[in-house]
Amino acid sequence: MTNLGSPLAAYLLVAALLFAIGLAGALTRRNAILVLIGIELMLNAANLNFIAFWRYGPRPEALTGMMFAIFSIAVAAAEAAVGLGLVISIHRHTQTTDLDQINRMKG
Amino acid sequence: MSVAFYLIAALTLAGGLAAVLLKNTVHCALALTVAFAGLALLFLQLDAQFAGFAQILVYIGAVAILVVFAILLTRGSDTPKDGVFSQSWLVGLVIAAGVFAVLGWAVIESVRVLPQETATPAVTVHDIGNALVGRYVLPLEIVALLLTAATIGAVIVAMHEKERSR
Repeated sequence: MTNLGSPLAAYLLVAALLFAIGLAGALTRRNAILVLIGIELMLNAANLNFIAFWRYGPRPEALTGMMFAIFSIAVAAAEAAVGLGLVISIHRHTQTTDLDQINRMKG
Repeated sequence: MSVAFYLIAALTLAGGLAAVLLKNTVHCALALTVAFAGLALLFLQLDAQFAGFAQILVYIGAVAILVVFAILLTRGSDTPKDGVFSQSWLVGLVIAAGVFAVLGWAVIESVRVLPQETATPAVTVHDIGNALVGRYVLPLEIVALLLTAATIGAVIVAMHEKERSR
């Protein structure tokens, strides 16, 4: 008995596809900002999993999955702020956001 | 599954694909906003109203604006001459396809133990607020500290260093 056709599996498949899209973006793009966009998509796919498991899980009134998703949203916001600040700082030092050209650690 | 789910899922995935594939970085940021909005609609579809509106506020309201600011500050909208994808794009694509294959196989092949259709969870924002200041008060405080530290850290990292500039 496979899981296909249940609503939980549909949401999980959408989240898996979104995660793969974000991973492909993070791994293939040259621009550092686009890599951060890919990471944001992956985080959002994980959030969708949390909410889907909360909705179709055994005890939704315990709010565990919902709380995990809310805290995950807050942490993702902090990650985006620091990540984009780093990109701006790197651009100021090297005049580029092309990750193929940023190949030295000295500032 | 309802028609609305398929429409919203298609919108979200199309937004995500466009955010990853488009050449112009500003267009990518706009497509990312579409994907965030689709995800918020999926949260609403899952009866998670609070998470859906938090998604709209945090992602569409703050993260998308931050991305646009970063693009404008770094002149990232200029399309580079030698393509937008890195030299090792094929490896990244294969890794992403492999990850999706494993995840999809795990979802499809797993045995169904959870009930097919559960009743709509009777959870209000009131309950979420009570849980946040009750059982989850320590994580809430830690997140507040983390957000403060991240804000200060982002400002310090991105701050112009006049005395050490070339």
